[in-house]
Amino acid sequence: MLETIWFALWGILWAVYFVLDGFDLGIGTLAPFLTKNEGEKRSVYNSMGPYWNGNEVWLITAGGVTFAAFPKTYAVMFSSLYSALLLILFCLIVRGVAMEFRSKFSSTGWKRFWDTLLWVGNFGPALLFGVAFANLFRGILIDGSGIYHGTLFSLLNPYGLMGGILFTLIFAVHGSLWLTLKTNGDLKGRAANLAGSLWYALAAAAVVFLGATYVSTHLYDNYIKVPVLFVIPLAAVGALVGILLFIRQAQWLKAWISSAVFIVMVTLFGVSGMYPNLLISSIDPAFSLTAFNSSSSSLTLEIMLGVALVFVPVVIAYQAWVYCLFGRWDHQLAQSKRQK
Amino acid sequence: MDTLMLSRLQFAAATFFHFLFVPLTLGLSVMLAIMETNYVRTGNEEYSRMARFWGKIFLINFAIGVVTGITLEFQFGTNWSRYSEYVGDIFGSLLAIEATVAFFLESTFVAVWAFGWKRLSPKAHAIAIWLVAIASNVSALWILIANAWMQHPVGFVIRNGRAELDNLISIIAQPFAWHTIVHTISAAYILSAFFIMGVSSWHLLRKQHISFFKKSFRLAISFALIFTIVEVVQGHMHGGEVAKIQPTKLAAMESLWVTTRSAPQYLFVIPDPDNERNLVEFGAIPGALSMLAFHDFSAEVKGLKHFAPSERPPVTLSFVSFRVMMTLGFFFLVMAIIGWFRRDTIEQRPALLKVFLFSIPLPYVASEFGWMLAEVGRQPWVVYGMMKTSNAVSPVAASQVAISLGAFVLVYSFLGIVAYYLMWSHSRKGPSDDTALPDAADEEVGYA
Repeated sequence: MLETIWFALWGILWAVYFVLDGFDLGIGTLAPFLTKNEGEKRSVYNSMGPYWNGNEVWLITAGGVTFAAFPKTYAVMFSSLYSALLLILFCLIVRGVAMEFRSKFSSTGWKRFWDTLLWVGNFGPALLFGVAFANLFRGILIDGSGIYHGTLFSLLNPYGLMGGILFTLIFAVHGSLWLTLKTNGDLKGRAANLAGSLWYALAAAAVVFLGATYVSTHLYDNYIKVPVLFVIPLAAVGALVGILLFIRQAQWLKAWISSAVFIVMVTLFGVSGMYPNLLISSIDPAFSLTAFNSSSSSLTLEIMLGVALVFVPVVIAYQAWVYCLFGRWDHQLAQSKRQK
Repeated sequence: MDTLMLSRLQFAAATFFHFLFVPLTLGLSVMLAIMETNYVRTGNEEYSRMARFWGKIFLINFAIGVVTGITLEFQFGTNWSRYSEYVGDIFGSLLAIEATVAFFLESTFVAVWAFGWKRLSPKAHAIAIWLVAIASNVSALWILIANAWMQHPVGFVIRNGRAELDNLISIIAQPFAWHTIVHTISAAYILSAFFIMGVSSWHLLRKQHISFFKKSFRLAISFALIFTIVEVVQGHMHGGEVAKIQPTKLAAMESLWVTTRSAPQYLFVIPDPDNERNLVEFGAIPGALSMLAFHDFSAEVKGLKHFAPSERPPVTLSFVSFRVMMTLGFFFLVMAIIGWFRRDTIEQRPALLKVFLFSIPLPYVASEFGWMLAEVGRQPWVVYGMMKTSNAVSPVAASQVAISLGAFVLVYSFLGIVAYYLMWSHSRKGPSDDTALPDAADEEVGYA
């Protein structure tokens, strides 16, 4: 039971991370194509500036929880995905530093340099998280003693690449919707148009991915066993349609929230399909690491559950408060600009 | 080189680099909080300007500290998977608690602070930096509890082929953890104080912004005095604790080869590990080592030869690290005492100011050597007495680790150069006389 609760929490943590940092990754990926001048570039940076750091902690927590609740999975997963993970980490280092350092000198070359790194640092993880998760759905080449028999390139199989494209599109739509909330004028118009057109690409990629999932993975087995689970992909489809409807009505906050729900449901779709597996072996299902054969002791799981039940709601409360606070500040700012 | 050596180098490089930035954030955050509290209390604009000037340095360090911290957490999985699997039940929990309890808080409120200059009342703004300061230090506390557990594992049982949690309270409450915490956090405060005093000295030597930098200096010298005294007293007790629980580390840091009753302390030693002896031993103080380690002049101190060669840490490195750290520690104490007595007329004492200016790098050196002693002195164990480092490494190809190590060196060198250049140029420029508060609308506020 404890193992199942932690499995669910593990999936939810990743979902929250993708919702929150997802818009940073998407904005960073789109920034070079959306901005026309220095002022717009600054607006883009400021739309992420106050948030990205708090968002990234959800990744640290997702990693920490994997380590604490499922140490064996943490060990085998992270060492198997060695190069992919370190690539993601280097990208995240670079994009964090780009946010901090870009404004420190006014030279154009300096700014252009960090703009490039911001793009690399966001596009890289957006793509690689997709590749990594698609491979987790599909299974990787691990043997009975947890040794990985592939390379970085065996992760770049067609299904993995499809996952990469899907995640990149999800984050791109999510990010451009965030920009419509945080910017004004031409930039907002361009972000809105882009969200509208990217939506079709996203819908196509989602349909293809769902089909490929049926062919390449065993995720649907759980759904056939427990048909009520189909609520999750249905909710995902509903949220996806919701995004388009709200875009058409220019209801940007509702569109962004639909996109957030969509991300949560896509993540949970994969995670529920994997249950109880955390790391599927494509060599032999018997080698797969599950919530049961890779978990920590029940004492650790109990203590950690206590910590999570007390502190995670507190974290959510103050982060939500801070998001609202910044929202109010942005609003005041927009008004004072209009008065000028 | 094999995977083990490459992984050790990579982890060492990542830790050393991380710790070039973290200590300053631990101490500066507290001092920024005090500056802003003074501003709220007195209404003196100068305190607000101080918080803004030193705050920029804080943010640069905070940013690098955050992004380089993630790679440390994830490297336990990528490079030390056997370790993670064996002790994750305990060690993983401590890291997860750190993220949930503290890291979220500091990362969220540092944004409120950096972007809230104009929009929060001075009081609310001061509360934001207090939250950051408290959370940063609590964050360090959990990480150091985790490190202390590797130095002295307690509260576990070996079950199901791994170390499982038995008693979390004993892990948190064990004396060695609190020694590590007091020692490391004091070191961070000393480093921050010497940083502020050094930069202040540069401006005072040039007779510019005198009131501003004198106030900064006076705040920092109080920190320096308190925490150098704490460090020296506690460092002695810390040594006693090491003598009790890590005899191999004690023997290596003292380069003591033969088990000796009433062991002397030598003023000057050149170790010769190849021949299991010291090339030079000079200036013996009889019984002093026994006294320092066990509070007993006649106590027996175990020598390195008492332990099999495969159980001994690298002697020269441990020995040198300890000497450098300790010598610098006493130097900081002396400087803090002199500086404290001269604090009211400090701007008229160019020689003293110059010493403070050139002392800026020294606490960094002391901190890094301190970590070297803690980690190298623990070898060949990754968890002392429980798991050897050689059994902890991931089954990954050496070529993979070689490539990532190369990438670490390249990326971190570049980041280090840029970060220190930015800190240097900001420090030289000094505070702006502009009293207007920074705002996200006017400029991109640099932010972590």
